Amino acid sequence: MTPETRARIEALFERYPEKRGALLPAIYLVQAEKGWVDAAATRELAELFELEPVQVHEVLSFYNMFYTEPQGRHHVYVCTNVPCSLRGARSLLRGLEAYLGVHAGETTRDGRITLGHEECLGSCGTAPVLRVDGAYHENVDFADARRIVDGLE
Amino acid sequence: MQSEPFVKNYLSEHYGDDAYRTLRGYEAKNGFEGIEKALTLEPEAVTEMVKASGLRGRGGAGFATGLKWSFMPKQSDRMKVVVVNGDESEPGSFKDRMIMERGPLQILEGILIGAWAMGAKRTFVYVRGEYREPIRALEAAVEEMRAKKYLGKSCFGKKGFEHDIVIHSGAGAYICGEETGLLESLEGKKGQPRKKPPFPAQHGAFGLPTTVNNVETFAHVPFIVSRGVEWFRQRGTEKSPGTTLFGVSGHVERPGLFELPLGTPLREVLGLAGGVRGGRRLKGVMPGGLSMPILPPSELEVGLAEELLAPKGTHLGTGGVMVMDESTCMVRVACVTSYFFRDESCGQCTQCREGTGWVHKLCEKIESGRGTSEDLALLDDVPSFMEGQTICAFADAAAWPIQGLLRHFRADFQAHIDEKKCPFSESFEL
Ligand SMILES: Cc1cc2nc3c(=O)[nH]c(=O)nc-3n(C[C@H](O)[C@H](O)[C@H](O)COP(=O)(O)O)c2cc1C
Ligand code: SF4
Ligand code: FES
Repeated sequence: MTPETRARIEALFERYPEKRGALLPAIYLVQAEKGWVDAAATRELAELFELEPVQVHEVLSFYNMFYTEPQGRHHVYVCTNVPCSLRGARSLLRGLEAYLGVHAGETTRDGRITLGHEECLGSCGTAPVLRVDGAYHENVDFADARRIVDGLE
Repeated sequence: MQSEPFVKNYLSEHYGDDAYRTLRGYEAKNGFEGIEKALTLEPEAVTEMVKASGLRGRGGAGFATGLKWSFMPKQSDRMKVVVVNGDESEPGSFKDRMIMERGPLQILEGILIGAWAMGAKRTFVYVRGEYREPIRALEAAVEEMRAKKYLGKSCFGKKGFEHDIVIHSGAGAYICGEETGLLESLEGKKGQPRKKPPFPAQHGAFGLPTTVNNVETFAHVPFIVSRGVEWFRQRGTEKSPGTTLFGVSGHVERPGLFELPLGTPLREVLGLAGGVRGGRRLKGVMPGGLSMPILPPSELEVGLAEELLAPKGTHLGTGGVMVMDESTCMVRVACVTSYFFRDESCGQCTQCREGTGWVHKLCEKIESGRGTSEDLALLDDVPSFMEGQTICAFADAAAWPIQGLLRHFRADFQAHIDEKKCPFSESFEL
């Protein structure tokens, strides 16, 4: 954890009646440093929040958007819940799996892309939808998806 | 940003106008008339007004908003808190996202009206983590309001009315939409729902007296206060007044959002969405998000309001209308649905944790053609064990859609067993 991150976390405390309220926002800040939260960062967070490391770890593993393992440089997620599935999201995902040579949940060998599927993203009216490094791409077909993926360094 | 609704009413009237997201644009369209009027009234009078309006929560359960506000202790030596539920993770729902992106100041104004009515000093708006754009829109709106002193020590120049709003990002967990799961998550813990009682009004966020309302619920409040109860009640039904943003998805020509009075017939909503795609026949509609039982095509005349849907064995939920055409394999729908609920169960209650796992396994087995009549009988039984005996309503939400599919599309399940394969070659793929 860099001193800047630590300072930004400490500035969050006053927003909440109890310091622990700032834990989720703090994890986001730590995770932004290298894309996932390692054991050392978990310990530092625990110390800062006066918790046991296992308590921080429990929180980390409860939420889908926190990562406790190294990730690809980019995240590509396809929503596969019912409304998206009705509009072809699953063949889109299969297509991307074949194109990238990985299964959903895996990272390409060059460490470029972690592919995954997600539950409803609140974009069912513009299905299928991809979430790429946090940004939504709506109404995509396979050609769009391939173009988006090709554009990732 | 999501494109604006196809059909608008008072809530979304200005959603096409990008300036409406800014203080200037909002004030140009009569923004803040509601809070200004509320501040001329006694707090109790504001709560009474919301009660008289008949406004029901838009988060899925349809609870009376004014009544909920009246549960907050009048006198309290502890700080009172408002929590806004912007977790919107119910599959089929995408309306709160629209309101947060295109009408963030409506929500913030509604919050302030509620804060005045309930004597709350602090609000936390909990927004699902994936909603980056809505979070930015809300944060920008809060910043503008702080700069103008609409938030802070004396909001809108009213002495003694102190309030601040914190925008808080979730981190990807459906169960954090359940209000006590949300409160746990807000406190920096796993989002596991709490046993009730105590209810949030006594022991809510950080143990403080708390009221939780949905994003859309708050967005309606300024209109009720500025335009009046009578005006509000001219829309919708006697028991469910006002409009909502119906989200239509799946096999229609024009999926999207439609702001319509509650009680609008399902047939009309489908018509506005262009009808079933490619002129195909309708097979079924889930009217209120993935947690609510499906309706067969024979029920198209039903009005979309809780009191009209309940006699048909389903619920309004979040108004997410999912449309499925004749090609759809309902066993596949059951597979996708049960996968979701198995994955999102927080695991505290045995019936929920085990039940969702069983249901998913049985659905997959039947879909693959390996299912037997015993499996189908078991699938009939398991959901009924899950209902109504758990810490939160998630287990019901997991059981209901499966029960609905079995009630109306049993033949689909039976055909998989008889033919030992999935007979729906045209269906969406798994
Ligand atoms: C499993 C589950 C998920 C829920 N998800 C949401 C949600 O995403 N958004 C929401 O506003 N309410 C959700 N609710 C309902 C909330 O518990 C609560 O009733 C609601 O936020 C109250 O606000 P309202 O009275 O304004 O509707 C969910 C309930 C359950 C049981
Ligand atoms: S019903 Fe399910 S989701 Fe709700 S508390 Fe129990 S295990 Fe968790
Ligand atoms: S199901 Fe994919 S965004 Fe809702």
